[in-house]
Amino acid sequence: MDDFVIEMLGITKDFPGVRANDDVNLQLRRGEIHALLGENGAGKSTLMSVLFGLYQPDRGRILMNGKEVRINSPNDANALKIGMVHQHFKLVEVFTVLENIILGAETTRLGLLRKDEARKRVMALSENYGLKVDPDARIEDISVGMQQRVEILKMLYRDNEILIFDEPTAVLTPQEIDELMGIMRSFAREGKSILFITHKLNEIMAVADRCTVLRKGRLMGTVNIGDTDTHKLSRLMVGREISFTVDKKNLEPGETVLKVKGVTVPSKLHKKNAVKDVSFSVRRGEIVCLAGIEGNGQTEFVSALTGLEKISGGQVTLKGRDISQATVRGRSVAGMSHIPEDRHKHGLILDFTLQDNLVLQRYWEGAFQNRGVIRGNEVRAYAEKLIAQYDVRAGEGPDTFTRSMSGGNQQKAIVAREMDLGRDLLVAVQPTRGLDVGAIEYIHSQIVRARDEMRAVLLVSLELEEVMNVSDRILVMYEGEIVGEFRPHEVSVQELGLYMAGAKRMEREGVRA
Amino acid sequence: MTKKRRFSFRGMDSLIASVVSTLAGLLFGFILLLIFNPAKAGNGFLNILLTGVRSTPRLAKVLYTAAPLMMTGLSVGFAFKTGLFNIGASGQFTMGAFLALTGAISWQLSWPMCLLLGILGGAVWGAIPGICKALFNVNEVITSIMFNWIGLFTVNVLTYNNPVMLASAWGDVSKERTAALAKANLDAILPKLGMDKLMKFNGMNIAIFITVIVAVIIWFILQKTTFGYELKACGFNRNASQYAGINPRRAIIQSMVIAGALAGLGGGLYYLSGTVQLTLGKELSAMGFNGIPVAMLAASHPIGTIFSALFISYIQVGGDAMQPEFAREMIDIIIAAIIYLSAFSLLMRELLGHAKKRRQQVLETVEAPEDKPNANGGESA
Repeated sequence: MDDFVIEMLGITKDFPGVRANDDVNLQLRRGEIHALLGENGAGKSTLMSVLFGLYQPDRGRILMNGKEVRINSPNDANALKIGMVHQHFKLVEVFTVLENIILGAETTRLGLLRKDEARKRVMALSENYGLKVDPDARIEDISVGMQQRVEILKMLYRDNEILIFDEPTAVLTPQEIDELMGIMRSFAREGKSILFITHKLNEIMAVADRCTVLRKGRLMGTVNIGDTDTHKLSRLMVGREISFTVDKKNLEPGETVLKVKGVTVPSKLHKKNAVKDVSFSVRRGEIVCLAGIEGNGQTEFVSALTGLEKISGGQVTLKGRDISQATVRGRSVAGMSHIPEDRHKHGLILDFTLQDNLVLQRYWEGAFQNRGVIRGNEVRAYAEKLIAQYDVRAGEGPDTFTRSMSGGNQQKAIVAREMDLGRDLLVAVQPTRGLDVGAIEYIHSQIVRARDEMRAVLLVSLELEEVMNVSDRILVMYEGEIVGEFRPHEVSVQELGLYMAGAKRMEREGVRA
Repeated sequence: MTKKRRFSFRGMDSLIASVVSTLAGLLFGFILLLIFNPAKAGNGFLNILLTGVRSTPRLAKVLYTAAPLMMTGLSVGFAFKTGLFNIGASGQFTMGAFLALTGAISWQLSWPMCLLLGILGGAVWGAIPGICKALFNVNEVITSIMFNWIGLFTVNVLTYNNPVMLASAWGDVSKERTAALAKANLDAILPKLGMDKLMKFNGMNIAIFITVIVAVIIWFILQKTTFGYELKACGFNRNASQYAGINPRRAIIQSMVIAGALAGLGGGLYYLSGTVQLTLGKELSAMGFNGIPVAMLAASHPIGTIFSALFISYIQVGGDAMQPEFAREMIDIIIAAIIYLSAFSLLMRELLGHAKKRRQQVLETVEAPEDKPNANGGESA
């Protein structure tokens, strides 16, 4: 007999018009690390939300130690010793580490907080598991990796036996990922059971005992990691072979398109500079990748580069023209296009139709307006052309409101718009964030196409796999500075990780042209 | 082909929402009448419903009151499309009225010039909150409320200090209101084209035609021009409009100037009818505030504003005819109820729309919207 601590049997969950989970089974053994694998939209988060009490399933049962339980709220889940580290941490920014850990499970006497007892317990836990934290530091002051430790300590403080990790590695450096895996293994040795949500195959191979695969809400099967490999897993996940490498022909870079010299950008969050004295250049026919962990100045740098924010020092030159003080549109016309980091905040006007969004960068051009009156037919024809050419799926064609489109198709629309501008420089910021494998492949192929057309591409990415596969040259950014420059075949992921974490840095002599 | 269908379908939703809330509001009003005076309720309610079409003078009065309402409604609605809440239509209306009347009485100009002055007055009064918002990020609601009062008392002071403006300078007794245009300057009264005789109502003039034309122009600007595209982009998503190279600060100022100009034109049209005189009191003009419900009932749609202004004006005229059995305020309560319910039906429409969209999303794509239900579920849990 298997010793199942949690069994989710025949779980079906409908949302208006979509079946997010369709008769899914998941059985978690005591003391195992169980991976839950699937693309975006496969139903992983829904299934875990059912287990955590955020949703009630329409059909199906949940058994704990063989007995049926009802989990109506996260409080119920907590009482059953189920804990979860959410993908986006649920921490109070202005509270200290200790306050966050005890929040909701405070020890009190006569209504007064007893922090000293809590502190002892937290320190003991932190010691035991090697989860070093400063209990008096404020959340807003500590790194993302540290914040994750706080989330893990929260679960331990509540004596949780079933630990759910929702995409825990997305924000970590390779070294931190290794550390996290070690911690997960030590939990498993103690008999805690771990559910590990991810779409990264190598992590599953490294740490999991078994893996349950979901596709489009359906159970594809549960496999023993010992009996499988990444190819088999990816086929289960996507339903077809996917290429892990991006096809690129060799290309000799041409003239310099973008030249950044000593650029400094002040931070909005604190008094220090977010970007410090950054210099590099991008040439025609090359993809330069700005790698780094989130929050190391990439966002601020891109804002300054594209004209959304001002620089406080340095110079940006595009095709020999100084554009340091140019407006957003001035830079666009001078030869820059931009796939923004946040497609909902910057990339699209969600309450506009697809066709209005597709002309967002060029509605003012003579082709689309005549003395201020929009040429509706031209806009429509252009939108139809782009939709066909870039295979953007939208229910009502050009009239679809972009809000109702899927994330992948929204991103395709942005890519179509920015690629078709035909600018010499393409700035793409995390262009594949939150997309499924098919869309990622497509977007990568478009970025490589831009390079093959001898345009210059600046790619900003947090995904190391993407960095290694797509780029021709890698710049690592750490705390607003460029701390390393590599060619992808000259460097290992581990090595990159050290630079991203600030453990190593390279003295660069000027800018490699 | 599909475009047309889509468009009318969306318009249909708004229309149904407005009509349903209007009917429900009227029903609520009827119940109120029953509570206050059961014996006269039936008659009073018929008055609300039918007075406007009972006689041509009443109909003319409906058109006459609808014109300034339409302008303040357009003012609020236009600002709203750019993501701004122009609660200052009242002050802009008053400023427009003041400048138009100054032109008419003090400077003895003819009506087209006076209207232009009215537009100018409103535009300046709208520009100030716009500039404060754009340059210093001061909330336009606060500023425009303040400017309602500043506008009102500035007008009072300036008028008192210019005695020729007052009715007392033109052979009347009152020092509390501006001169009657019939005595001060006949050229400044809007042309009536004989409609006053035909409909037997002295206030009937070309104002209603001007306002309808302006509403169509505003619709055209918002719907068909790059200027309108930029303003709407700004209203829906300021960050994305900035990303697209639109200057959001400029758009905010432009939008408030136009909104102010519309309200100011309303003030000019109303007081250049020659049938009303600007009273120098301590109350803000209700015409300006009634622009808010007019815009809301029309869901800020310029063409819809034509009808919502006509409707509000219609039941106001009906309300006047309910006296003395019922207080004049009764009709204000009913209007308030209609607006309240229309906000509700907007909410209903939103909810229906979301459900529809989610269904579409699934039909259109292979990806299930995993994140969205999560977020919603989180809230409801």
